[in-house]
Amino acid sequence: MESKILKVNDLGKQFGGIKAVNGLSFVVKEGHIHGLIGPNGAGKTTTFNLISGFYKPSQGSVRLFDEEISGLGMYRVARKGVIRTFQHSTLFAEMSVLENVLVGTHMMFKPNFLAALIGNERAIRDQAIKRSREVLEFFGLESFTSNLAGELSHGHQRTLGMAVAMASNPKILLLDEPFTGMNPEETQSMMGLMAKLRDSGMTLLLVEHDMTAIMGLCDRITVMNFGKLLTEGKPLEIRNHPDVIEAYLGTRNHAT
Amino acid sequence: MAFIGLLTLVLIALPHGLSYSQREILVVLTINILVVSSYRLLTLTGEWSLGHVVMMGVGAYASALYSKEWGVPVPISMIIGALTAGLVAWGLSFPLFRMKGFYFLIGSFAAGEIIRLLWKRFRDPFGGPKGIKRIDPFPDIDLGFIRIDFFDPVNYYYFTLIIVVLCLVILWRIEKSLIGLTFHAVHWQDKLAESAGVNVRDYRTLALVISSTFAGLAGTLLAHYIGTVNPNGFDIEQMVFVLTWAIVGGTTTLYGPIIGCITLTALNEIVLRELGLEQGRPLIYGLILIVSVLFMPKGLEDVVKRGVAWAQLQIVKERTNGV
Ligand SMILES: Nc1ncnc2c1ncn2[C@@H]1O[C@H](COP(=O)(O)OP(=O)(O)OP(=O)(O)O)[C@@H](O)[C@H]1O
Ligand SMILES: [Mg+2]
Repeated sequence: MESKILKVNDLGKQFGGIKAVNGLSFVVKEGHIHGLIGPNGAGKTTTFNLISGFYKPSQGSVRLFDEEISGLGMYRVARKGVIRTFQHSTLFAEMSVLENVLVGTHMMFKPNFLAALIGNERAIRDQAIKRSREVLEFFGLESFTSNLAGELSHGHQRTLGMAVAMASNPKILLLDEPFTGMNPEETQSMMGLMAKLRDSGMTLLLVEHDMTAIMGLCDRITVMNFGKLLTEGKPLEIRNHPDVIEAYLGTRNHAT
Repeated sequence: MAFIGLLTLVLIALPHGLSYSQREILVVLTINILVVSSYRLLTLTGEWSLGHVVMMGVGAYASALYSKEWGVPVPISMIIGALTAGLVAWGLSFPLFRMKGFYFLIGSFAAGEIIRLLWKRFRDPFGGPKGIKRIDPFPDIDLGFIRIDFFDPVNYYYFTLIIVVLCLVILWRIEKSLIGLTFHAVHWQDKLAESAGVNVRDYRTLALVISSTFAGLAGTLLAHYIGTVNPNGFDIEQMVFVLTWAIVGGTTTLYGPIIGCITLTALNEIVLRELGLEQGRPLIYGLILIVSVLFMPKGLEDVVKRGVAWAQLQIVKERTNGV
């Protein structure tokens, strides 16, 4: 069971003079919720962008099981089963909620040009819609199916972002601050859904500032600061780690 | 349903109420509807090209040459001509889709100008600046009891109408399919689409190739009707007309660009011609473009939508009053 699904090794990305990610290594185990935390600007989103193929790393490697995926390009990485969400609500705002999720099913139900041309894609379309409705139901969005995505509340938009990602049936889901904009009840129920996903065998890599969620959900946590690995461990170890407390309180910032 | 029946009757009866020269204009208008509708398919992906009319020209030149030089029968040369336009567009997609937005717009203009330059430069086979003349007409159809002569604008109008309606049905199907949905996705958020596994470049290319193929077909329809093609018939001025139809009509619906095209053609033929202002057409189109962007940014299609909504409201009111 506990096989290593994602191996990040000596990963680095430089923007001009800034080393946004600098020699970062960590391993995500299959079926875990793995937290990636750190103060603002630590390089978490950049790490996601490197794993998901949005950026090419300046150094290091990312392996899915034993296959190198860094530098493949976003849609190719997605086709391997690594799906990410975006920190800022990124949706097809002008399209309906259902259509958003339908785009998410793109890989499972490939559009067929010939079928479209002769008006004969019913079967595949019905399957895609069925899958989309199931995903929407899982995330509790079924009552918004025909709303425009842009009309949703901020919390629901975050949820929809996850639904779009989940619709493709990924091997590992990378979530960038999924809880921002959610009220406490929404956060609570979203935590429940994530635990449910893990129980069904899904692997999640979670970037989040909400410590209740992180501590409550994660099997393991990687802490980064200034693009580097600060420490790694179980939630309890991280909570009481002096370096982590220091990084978050910012004393180290003043020292350097 | 009743609406479609009525529309069919109007479209069939239409040429009989017109003069000969107006019938000729009607044929060109029908062809232009295909040009602007195929253009809209490309805009679904968010890219606007300035090379669309040149793609129409590629179809026209190709079909003219295939029939004239190689003796390919005209209906077949038209199909291969349209496919040639699609193939050329596919080739151009490699340099062009390294760019997006404004740069794509300018790149497509440059690509179009290069093609037009080739037509002008190479007298053999393109005929130089004067282009190709005496292109084979669409052959008569002899059904035994009746002989259909496509030199007659009424017959050619019916022929183009059938072709254009078929093409519109295909374009509509593509848009309503999962492929069309993916085009929209690529337009609104290409990053999110890509992270869902969509090969954004392939879909942009697909839209360009489909729209160019239909533009090419429109070009062949024109070439075998007027019997001549030349580089100036597909210049940037023509492209601006197509852009104006699309923008004035609006591009969120299939019918938007069509009403844009019909309205402006009617304006052109009825008002400008009567006033003797035809020479000023580019100027007036420019003014119309500015005015419509300022005062009608959502296009004529929005006016139609609101009109329909208003009419429905009236019907509902009347019914409730009656009760
Ligand atoms: N495209 C870019 N060009 C230049 N610098 C960048 C770019 N992206 C990120 N950076 C820089 O890299 C550093 C890390 O940024 P990143 O967005 O990865 O942080 P983060 O950990 O996600 O922060 P937050 O918690 O605020 O989201 C920051 O200093 C940021 O300014
Ligand atoms: Mg971030």
